[in-house]
Amino acid sequence: MGKLLLVYRLAVKDVRHRPAQALLLLLAIAAGAATLTLGLALGGTTNNPYARTKAATSGPDVVADVAPSGFSGTANASELAPLEHTSGVVAHSGPFPVTWALLRTGHATAGAEVEGRSAAPSPVDQPTMLRGSWLRPGGVVVEAGFADALGLRVGDRLTLGARSFRVDGIAVTAAFPSYTQLCSLGCTLVGAVGNYDPGLVWVSQADVAPLAGGSEPVEYFLNLKLADPGAAAGFAARYSAHAFPAGPGANPSLSGLSLTAWQDIRASDAKALANVRLVLLTGSWLLALLALASVAVLVGGRMAEQTRRVGLLKAVGGTPRLVAVVLLAENALVGLCAAAVGLLAGWLAGPLINGAGAGLLGAPSIPPLTGSTVGIVIALALAVAIVATFVPAIRAAGQSTVAALEDAARPPGRRAWAIRLSAHLPATLLVGVRLAVRRPRRLVLSVFSVAVTASGLVAVLILHTSSAGWSLGPRVTEATTIVSVMLVVLAAVNAVFIAWTTVIEARHPAALTRALGATPKQITAGLSVTQLLPALIGALLGIPGGIGIYDAAKNGGATTIPSVIGLVLIVAVTLLVIAVLTAIPARIGARRPVAEVLQAETA
Amino acid sequence: MTTDSPIARACALRKDYGKNESLVRAVDGVDLDIAQGETLAVMGPSGCGKSTLLHLLGGLDRPSGGELWLHGKRIDLMSERALAQVRHRDVGFVFQAFHLMDELTARENLELPMLLAGRSPRAARRRAADLLEQVGLADRSAHLPSALSGGQRQRVAVARALANEPLLILADEPTGNLDSAATLEILRLFKRLHAAGQTLVIVTHDERIAATADRLISMRDGVFVDETRLTGGTGGGLSALIGLEG
Repeated sequence: MGKLLLVYRLAVKDVRHRPAQALLLLLAIAAGAATLTLGLALGGTTNNPYARTKAATSGPDVVADVAPSGFSGTANASELAPLEHTSGVVAHSGPFPVTWALLRTGHATAGAEVEGRSAAPSPVDQPTMLRGSWLRPGGVVVEAGFADALGLRVGDRLTLGARSFRVDGIAVTAAFPSYTQLCSLGCTLVGAVGNYDPGLVWVSQADVAPLAGGSEPVEYFLNLKLADPGAAAGFAARYSAHAFPAGPGANPSLSGLSLTAWQDIRASDAKALANVRLVLLTGSWLLALLALASVAVLVGGRMAEQTRRVGLLKAVGGTPRLVAVVLLAENALVGLCAAAVGLLAGWLAGPLINGAGAGLLGAPSIPPLTGSTVGIVIALALAVAIVATFVPAIRAAGQSTVAALEDAARPPGRRAWAIRLSAHLPATLLVGVRLAVRRPRRLVLSVFSVAVTASGLVAVLILHTSSAGWSLGPRVTEATTIVSVMLVVLAAVNAVFIAWTTVIEARHPAALTRALGATPKQITAGLSVTQLLPALIGALLGIPGGIGIYDAAKNGGATTIPSVIGLVLIVAVTLLVIAVLTAIPARIGARRPVAEVLQAETA
Repeated sequence: MTTDSPIARACALRKDYGKNESLVRAVDGVDLDIAQGETLAVMGPSGCGKSTLLHLLGGLDRPSGGELWLHGKRIDLMSERALAQVRHRDVGFVFQAFHLMDELTARENLELPMLLAGRSPRAARRRAADLLEQVGLADRSAHLPSALSGGQRQRVAVARALANEPLLILADEPTGNLDSAATLEILRLFKRLHAAGQTLVIVTHDERIAATADRLISMRDGVFVDETRLTGGTGGGLSALIGLEG
């Protein structure tokens, strides 16, 4: 008990003694923990909004549609008539004509699936107005997710095909998946509309045929309410079978018919969030890896400062084991706090991702935090803190007491091949390479940190390249932006901290090299080279890394490798950012008076 | 061995630290001429400004006032880049704490100033081997500093100072960290350098080391308080001087 209290006291006192470092540690781990919380907590959050929307709009249990033969001309609406009287159907609305047209606003062009509706309310699937009013002549009502993506508001004007319309209202429906998943269950896209991932709009029935203009097909949609909504999937499967002449019990007269159960529509709606979740979960693992590098760098830097404290602990009877436990306990404590901060931040940020732009009813809700989510996040935060501390803690514990009391610096590593190779390089590179290889572990951490960040950015670039022609949707874009920004910020913190630590540790060799004739410019450039070399290696490793991450995490579909220019730009920008971030520490390091540093070493 | 034309000259040289009440004048308006081939010893208590004077002479630090000339060029007004050239071309330093790169072998430590000066790796390696031979450490060329004794480390440091054939060698307490036997090794080395016409400025606490010089300057509170021209110089019996021989 006494030892536990001692460990606790020593750990807490040291954390309090270095609040800035503890805060940096906490933020580095909390960033990964927050993203992981967000990703884990988003699972299944679309179920309630869909149910609310279906209830409010008297949503259909099954949607049937019939396409024209050869997807050209107008479908025969009477083909849907037998379904209205099928056993189990208690209500219906439609059939409503549906066509496709190019939608243009002042600043954007998109594909639009246009459903013709009457001004009178429908008993099944009457879209609920979020803003404005239902259809009036010359007006259009836009699905909420689509309106949000295009930035449309009530009163705005848009054109469909060649005709101008006024936005009368913005509404939600449960009969179609919301934007961008509208076509995830299949669409008949021909001509220019096929270049876009369309959204849904409603116009007066009389406007549909002129909009189709003979170039786009006109389909008919019928909304069915069943006595047993739970049987919708079976109902849809049974009657969809009739659409295929070769199928069992096929009815050749129903050749263009397809039926969709409400469960499939709900699943399509959830797909948008599933993509967000995938991005966040992948991002959180990348952030956790980056946090591991951050913590290792921070802890390594702290250990260098704590040498004397370790010596004192051992001098007053502390065993190497006690020393290691105290150092591990300190960072585990910070890791626990970071897990709490990350859980809270991820939980509170849930509605921002979950709610923004959703084409479903219901206020953005805070996602539930399950026991497993809390457990995984705490385990990750603790693992990051402990794994990153382990090696420095064991090394500190094993250090000689006398050397530790004298605060003797750990001797630098010698890499004979690098020393031989650098002899053939210009003075700047010679200084840079030799300073870089003095601390190979830090070099590896730098490479790792940049590689993880570059991998994330390359994966995001691949996501955008692979999605050319269809919209990722605002929420996926938001999620990738959040993850990218967090990766870049954390990597930037790492780069600055590594640069500072390198500069502090290199003060003696840098001063000595200047005494032997190197200019401050050569030292500044050399110190920058110590950061740019690993950054270059890391950025290059990030290219296959990003491709691998995308391949492992993608939700189906092909992987389109970005253009060489895009990849070269990522590498070049990474190097530029690292050069800028590390220039100030490098410059300060090179400007320290030589005599002062050398005198201090002698003293 | 000395000639009349000074290789280095300081006029009213001053170095201040701090401001107002906390102003410390480490070097306070000293005038000094160092002749080519001369061995000059500077003595004085700790904090008297002798190391600061040495740093100023070698361009490691900038004076607060006065003029500094080296080989006919005024160095106190030079840019950092030009000063760096002075350091790798005209001046060689020997420090009390040796200041060798821990991760470089003896030979690699010697090669470093030559590579910084733009010499080819092959030429640097050849010259390093020659210098190690001269200081009696040819068989220690692949050893890291941690595997060398104090005297051997300081001999490597002296060889490094000679690498670019400087006009002036500045030694700051070169035997301060050495035992008597190692001190004798270094003094023998300096004697050989003196005989070869090398100009040396040695800052020391040790009167026995100072006695081996051509001229001895005593410093106190940043000013020269005494100057003595010695007749024995390094031509005398070194071992007898430092008490190793009876």
